[in-house]
Amino acid sequence: MALKPVNAVVIGAGAGGGVVAKELSEAGLTVALLERGGWATFEQHGHDELISQRTTVLGNAFGPDDERYCRVVSAGPGKWRTVLPSEGGYNNNAACVGSGTVSYGAMAWRFMEKDFRMRSTYGAVAGSTLEDWPVSYSDLEPFYEKAEWEIGVAGDMSANPFSPPRRKPYPMPPFLLNREGELLQAAAKKLGFHPFPVPMLRNSVPYGGRAACIKCRYCVGFACEVNAKCGTHNTVIPVALATGNCELRTHCVAKEVVVDDRGFAQGVSYFDADDREQFQPADLVIVAASATETPRLLLNSKSKLFPTGAGNRSDWVGRNLQGHAYAGAWGLFEQETFDDVGAGSTIAISDFNHGNPGLAGGAMLANEFIRLPYLFADRRPPGSPSWGKAHKDFQRRFYKRSMSVMGPVQEMPVFEARVEVDPEVKDHWGIPVARISGHRHPHDVEIGRFTSSKAELWLKEAGAIQTWTNVPGLGVSGGQHQAGTCRMGNDPKTSVTNSHGQLHDIPNIFVSDASLHVTNGGFNPVLTIMALSYRIGDYIRKNWKGPKSFRS
Amino acid sequence: MAMKYNRRHFVKTVAAGVGGALLLPARGADLEAWRFFTSDEARLVDAITEQIIPADQDPGARDAGVVNFMDKQLAGRLRRHRQTYRDGLAGVEETSRAMFSREFVALSSEQQIEVLKALESGKAKGETWRKQSSSAFFRLLRDHTMAGFYGGPQHGGNRGYASYKMLGLDYPQIIGQNRYRRKI
Repeated sequence: MALKPVNAVVIGAGAGGGVVAKELSEAGLTVALLERGGWATFEQHGHDELISQRTTVLGNAFGPDDERYCRVVSAGPGKWRTVLPSEGGYNNNAACVGSGTVSYGAMAWRFMEKDFRMRSTYGAVAGSTLEDWPVSYSDLEPFYEKAEWEIGVAGDMSANPFSPPRRKPYPMPPFLLNREGELLQAAAKKLGFHPFPVPMLRNSVPYGGRAACIKCRYCVGFACEVNAKCGTHNTVIPVALATGNCELRTHCVAKEVVVDDRGFAQGVSYFDADDREQFQPADLVIVAASATETPRLLLNSKSKLFPTGAGNRSDWVGRNLQGHAYAGAWGLFEQETFDDVGAGSTIAISDFNHGNPGLAGGAMLANEFIRLPYLFADRRPPGSPSWGKAHKDFQRRFYKRSMSVMGPVQEMPVFEARVEVDPEVKDHWGIPVARISGHRHPHDVEIGRFTSSKAELWLKEAGAIQTWTNVPGLGVSGGQHQAGTCRMGNDPKTSVTNSHGQLHDIPNIFVSDASLHVTNGGFNPVLTIMALSYRIGDYIRKNWKGPKSFRS
Repeated sequence: MAMKYNRRHFVKTVAAGVGGALLLPARGADLEAWRFFTSDEARLVDAITEQIIPADQDPGARDAGVVNFMDKQLAGRLRRHRQTYRDGLAGVEETSRAMFSREFVALSSEQQIEVLKALESGKAKGETWRKQSSSAFFRLLRDHTMAGFYGGPQHGGNRGYASYKMLGLDYPQIIGQNRYRRKI
């Protein structure tokens, strides 16, 4: 039996879906917000390093669980392997209200102007579908500002000459430097770099009715014990619910967007908390399920006019899977660098995002969040023993005397790097699972070599007695920063949605997550997901003239 | 008044206090009550993990209860690795006997290390390693040893936060005011 119709179904209560649900419900539309997980709280797993979203030996803290979910990942030509959510290669994002924004490190970057114009800036790159966004930085700027003020960002870009223009400052003052930050600041200035505090979606002072950060040791991978981290779960989603127009349904797993014979979405079929199939009729469907789950859902949404899936007439759904090749360096020190002041990442430079000789892009570099003891057990110079007395000696000597500088390399999109639907493997609900394949572009490795050499230089200048670099290889991309799989663009032949996230093929279906990203910047992508979702929400609000608004 | 309890005393006291019901997650060798391991496997794992993180001036894997962590987790969240462990541990004995004609726990410390290095290199002798990779099994054992040693005591290892004490990390962390020092 069909449920009472709503104006909009939003699938996924993460960074994108939370924002859109708030924008639409505030404008008076009735919204059903579907989330496959439940509410996450600090009390569930506390500071458990073995059940967090960063280290998952005993499972993901906030889902998805290993019992009901799996994916298939390429294991060489013609070979596939099934991976569980807590295993590497799954490309996990948390399954809970707020998704990754509950447990993220919360870096709050705006992409730079050139990040939206990669093709114009660098020209064609062989083997890559590198392209400009159909949206410019200035189009997005007001929405970055809105995200920063409504969700909450602490920062100060005045020391960063590469920062894109902004109308308003951040709503909260920046976090101050920890000991690592002090050492790196002095070194950066000697090297002529331009260090500045990392902008954070985390309260440096009380904000939004929530407390300031207590600078604990944990943060990334964990829910905040004092609710100082700003996600959609404690900002926009509660606002959406307070309008009375938005109903959040937790533990609901979308099966397909039902598309009628005339080519319009009728609503969403999903499994509720009791595994019963439900059909939610809606005027609009907004898919915000992540760059893996959004294409999976669209590909699973087959109809008479679109037998290969919604939005997939040109075979672009699921293509161009990107993430970030995290390249950087580690350094060991004589002096103590550890002061147990969290979250740990305090200082960054943007000197090497663009303008690097012979390279089409680059990366922001920042010091890393605090390494907890289990994670640190794998941080060793190449070739050194990983066990025995040598392991203990290293832990004792260097746990408090090491630093890491890393950065997300902006990847060159590759058409063959993709999310498909597996022809055989199904999840607990009988829905075909996502299948992930392809590899990074070789140029990502070249950029990573360059940026990691700068990270190493920085650590040496800060006094490191030994350093080594880490550059990811040509593996499958994706990860928590997964993006690109439902590209936005002006040409329906080479993109999935228009510049407002609206499917070219089916005008009452929108995408509102990192799937839209044409390229993924040399920065953590979450603030861009939020800004883009504000912009999509704004477009829908302005063009909403009743239930038939997006059916022509 | 400081009163020193050893573990055996504590087990007895607690067991007596609750009418003999066994409350502790930790299984001592004397109790023979493992969840997944046979007692021979438990002795073997105890010896292997103690080589991976040996006691010196700080506690090692044995003192921290790493074998207990593995046993508890193989009956729980790490269930999917049960067969790998069952076969792999038999393989370690095979390799031990092939190299030194004795079971692993009876070898000298230097010989045990040689066996583990053979496993780690992927060149270990034994029928088992035709079916699974000895280096992959060693990596799994090593990873779970680290998890047991550095993870929270609630999971069965890291008894008394031994590893945190070794690293000089407070647990729980004491947090005061104004913990950042200086503005840029």
